[in-house]
Formats: sequence, structure tokens, C-alpha cells
Amino acid sequence: MRRRLFAAVLYVVLALCALAVLYPILYTFSTSLMTPGEASEYPPHVVPHHLYLRNFVDVFHLVPIGAFIGNTFLVSIVVMLGQLVTSSLAAYAFARMNFMGKNLLFALFMATMMIPWEVTMIPNYLTVRGWGWLDSYPGLIVPFLAASFGTFLLRQFFLQLSAELFEAARMDGCGHVRFFLSHVLPLSRPALGTLAVYSFLQMWNAYLWPLLITNTDKMRTVQIGIAMLQHQETTAWNLVFAGIALVLLPSLLMLALGLKQLVRGMTVGALKG
Amino acid sequence: MNGLDERLSLPRNRIRTREKARRRERTLSGLKRRENALAYAFLGPSLLLFAIFFFYPMGKSVYLSLHATDPTGRVAGFVGLDNFRYLFQSDQFVQGLKVTVSFALLTVPTGIVLALVLAALTSGRQRGLSLFQFAFSLPVVLSVGSSSVIWMFLYHPSLGMLNYFRSLIHLDPISWLVDPKRALLSVSLMTVWMNLGFNYIVLSSGLRGIPDELRESAAIDGAGPLRVFARILLPLLSPTLFFLAIVSVISSFQSFGQIHILTLGGPMDRTNVLVYSIYQEAFVNFRFGSGSARALVLFVIIVLLTLVQFKWVEKKVHYQ
Repeated sequence: MRRRLFAAVLYVVLALCALAVLYPILYTFSTSLMTPGEASEYPPHVVPHHLYLRNFVDVFHLVPIGAFIGNTFLVSIVVMLGQLVTSSLAAYAFARMNFMGKNLLFALFMATMMIPWEVTMIPNYLTVRGWGWLDSYPGLIVPFLAASFGTFLLRQFFLQLSAELFEAARMDGCGHVRFFLSHVLPLSRPALGTLAVYSFLQMWNAYLWPLLITNTDKMRTVQIGIAMLQHQETTAWNLVFAGIALVLLPSLLMLALGLKQLVRGMTVGALKG
Repeated sequence: MNGLDERLSLPRNRIRTREKARRRERTLSGLKRRENALAYAFLGPSLLLFAIFFFYPMGKSVYLSLHATDPTGRVAGFVGLDNFRYLFQSDQFVQGLKVTVSFALLTVPTGIVLALVLAALTSGRQRGLSLFQFAFSLPVVLSVGSSSVIWMFLYHPSLGMLNYFRSLIHLDPISWLVDPKRALLSVSLMTVWMNLGFNYIVLSSGLRGIPDELRESAAIDGAGPLRVFARILLPLLSPTLFFLAIVSVISSFQSFGQIHILTLGGPMDRTNVLVYSIYQEAFVNFRFGSGSARALVLFVIIVLLTLVQFKWVEKKVHYQ
């Protein structure tokens, strides 16, 4: 009896906490479904009284959100693929090959992980500007094509693959390139998935760099576009929130599909201490 | 007969093995060289990108910080340590450091304690808990951009929901982001919310990594749930907690987006954290030299924090 009561209290407390945590998201989606009149009413409606889906059409007329979403998808996908290639190659070299200067290079890679990107942003901005890459896809993409986090994550995973498999393949005369392509990569799908989710979200959510180097609507990414929405037309809250809801959808979808991958990525640091 | 045979064939054998060894040596060093080349080919793309977008900028930052620059970014002249001297003499910068530290103190401990409580409450195996686990992990995918805009509207002085909820319990409305005494608190509240997902995921996987037997044997010995938590789970969780604390402090020192969207560093510089001031100095005032000096201060702080993580507390934290 006491246990039942305890469980009931626990669930009530958790439900209240969950409501508080989710409230900003629920509020976003509910406001995105309100009519213009309903959204500006006071006292505000906590839930919309009808489903007004026109907002999701009208927001495209308010700001070029279609272009924002398209840009950001392109940038995020290219960066994701680029990081998968560069990181898996480098990780394989660190995990399975012997070469001169291995320890030094590994230390250098790890150093880049610890130093915040904000420290290097001024020279990077000057470099990108010098190459005429301001307000362009290369400027948004190229600086992020390599990732020391991804290299570290994949190296840890490659090291866990069985050493016998490696020996056996070498015995059969399988070289590094073939072993990497036909054994290591297929076996590492979970780790590659983690890195894919990570790098995609990193670019989808990036704020500071796109803010620095883009200055036309044509090249803006979603996060900058969203931040611009608040200045656009402060009265049309329903449209602003429809825009936010559109931008949140891919992230929420990622969470539903890739929570396990995300958790694995986050704990690789924690467990290694 | 046997002995003769041996004596006769021995030198010949020796020559053959020596030759074989020499050949193997040659191919071995060839193999080694080939492996070296292949390894560098594998590392090449990453190395090239890091060189351009990381190592070169690190050097360039130091160079810029010792120079004055004109608004286009061209170096105008060597000024030595003047940029740094000027920084530490300027009240604005010193106050900015204080704001940055207060921001870390407001967000990191609160965020970790909150996530720890939620992780502990949802670590059991009861039915329905996975739903809550999903809910508490959810903020992890939210970007600083969209989160800040959502909270901007929640904080709206006349139409925002937070003031509406206050009015329901007969409290006066607050100017969340404009009141100099409250702005940093408001930004911190939003940041704690935004980081909750990450903290929760790290701590609940840490809790899951602790073997059940430890918990059970303590419970059999008559320890209550709170006691089990304080005496057994917390010490075993300390490496994870420590990792999270350092990572959170570092990321709080890097905060930018929420400041840029919610307060623009104001009111009266009360939310002007370090990265925001780097941004202002370099990309609003176009003083790249003194902006780089600020960036290097950030660099030193983060390196120190990382060293603390590696050396000092490593010894004090309880490892299994």
C-alpha cells in the first residue's frame, strides 16, 4: 500500500516536471496553430481553440524560410558526409596503423577538441573573407569538414573491433584499404550513425558562424532566420511560432530516431573520464 | 654421416637464412614505408583542414593580439602587450569576466542538481518511466537559436506567458530581460532549461552504469533509498559528475547565442559575457587585435579548466 502511494506520488511529481520541461515546446506548437486574432488576445489562450494550419503556408510569405531550410539542409548534409569520411579515415589510421609521429599527431588532434572554436573565429573569418567565401556555401561548409570529436569517437569504436579479425584479414593478404572499406566501415555502422546524428545537429543548430559570414537572405541558415523572425513583425506571433515549429521538426525527428546514437556519443567522453 | 652432412650444409644454410633475412628486412622496411605513406594519406584531409582552420588561426590570434588593426582587418602596427594591458585596465572587460563567472555559477550547479534529481527519480525499472526519460532528454536537440526565440516570447513583458502565469497567482509582471538586476537570471533560467537534456542524458547513463547488486545489497542491509543514493550512488557517480561539471563550465564560458538574441549584452552590460564581448569587439567595432586578445584570455581559461580536469581532481574523484 505504502509502495503504491509512493509510486503514485513519484508519477505525479515526474509528470509536473515533464510538463514544465516540455512547456516551451508545447507552447510553440500550440501558438503555431492559432489564428492571428487568437494569438494576440489577452488573456492568452493556453491551448488553441481550433487548428489553423494556414500559418504554415503564410510564414513562407513572411520570410524566405524555404530558402533557410534548404540552405541549412544542404550545409548539414554535406558537413555530415564530409565528417564521416575525414573522421573515419583518420580514426582508422590512429586505431590500426603504425606510423612515425603517431602519438604526437594524436595529441594534436585531441588538443583541437579541447580548444573552443570561438578562440579561432576571428582569423577564420579573415581567412574565409580573404578567399571571397563570405556569404557562400563553401564558407559555411569547409571549415567544419574535419572533426576531432568524430575522429576520437570512431577511433574508440575501431579499437573495440576484434583484433583477430584484423589478423585474419591480414593473413589472407587483405590490405589496409580493403580491410577498412569492406570490414571496418560495415561493422562500425552504429558509431558512424552516432557521428552522423551529431554532425547534422551541430550544423543545423549552428548560430555564431553563420551569423558572422552570411549577410543576405539567400544564404541565411535556419537559426539566423528564426532569430530574424522576432524583429520582422512582432504582432504575428502565430506566424513566428509556425516558423519555429518548422525549424524544430527535423531536430525532434532526429531525437525520436536517434536518441540511442546521441546517448552513445555523449557518454564516450563521460565513461572514459 | 649425419655430422658430416650437418657440417657441410651448415654454412650454406647460414648463407641462405642470412639472405632470406636481408630480403625480409628489405620488404619489411618497404612495408613500413608504405604503411607510413598510407597512414598519412588517411590522415591527410583532416590534417590539412586542422592546419588551415585551427593551427594557423591559433598562431594568427597570438599575432593579431600583439598588433593594432584597421577596420578592414589589416595590421596597422605592432603594439606589444598593449591590447592585454588595456583589457585588464578596462572596467568593462573586468566586469565582463565577472558576468561570465556569475553566469557559470548560476547555470552549472543548478543545471547539474536538477538533472541529477530527475535522473535519480527516473532510474528505476517501473513502467512508464521511459516516457519521462524521453521528455527530459528532449531539450538536447534544441538549438540555442530557436530556444532563445521561444523564451524571448515567453519573457515578453505584456503578452508573455510567464507574466501571465504570475498574474494568475496575483504577482506583478516582471521585466525579465530589461531589469538590470534580473536580466542575467532570466538568461540563466533559459540556459538551464536548454542544457537540461544533455545533463540528464549524461547523468542517467552514468547511473545506469552502476551495477544493480550494489544498490540491492545496500537495500538488504537496511539502507533507505536516500541513504543508498548519498552513500553509494553519488560516490560512484562522481567521475561522471566531474566530467559533466567541467564540460558544463567550459560550454557556459562559450555562451553566445542566447545573449545575442535575448539581451544583446545589456542592460548596462549586465549580460555581456566573454564570447559576446569578443564578437562585439571584432565584428561590431572591427577591432580585430583587441578582439583576439580577448579570445586568447578565453583560450587560457579553457585550457586551465581542462588541465584541472586531467590532473587535479583525477586523484580526488572516486573511481570504481
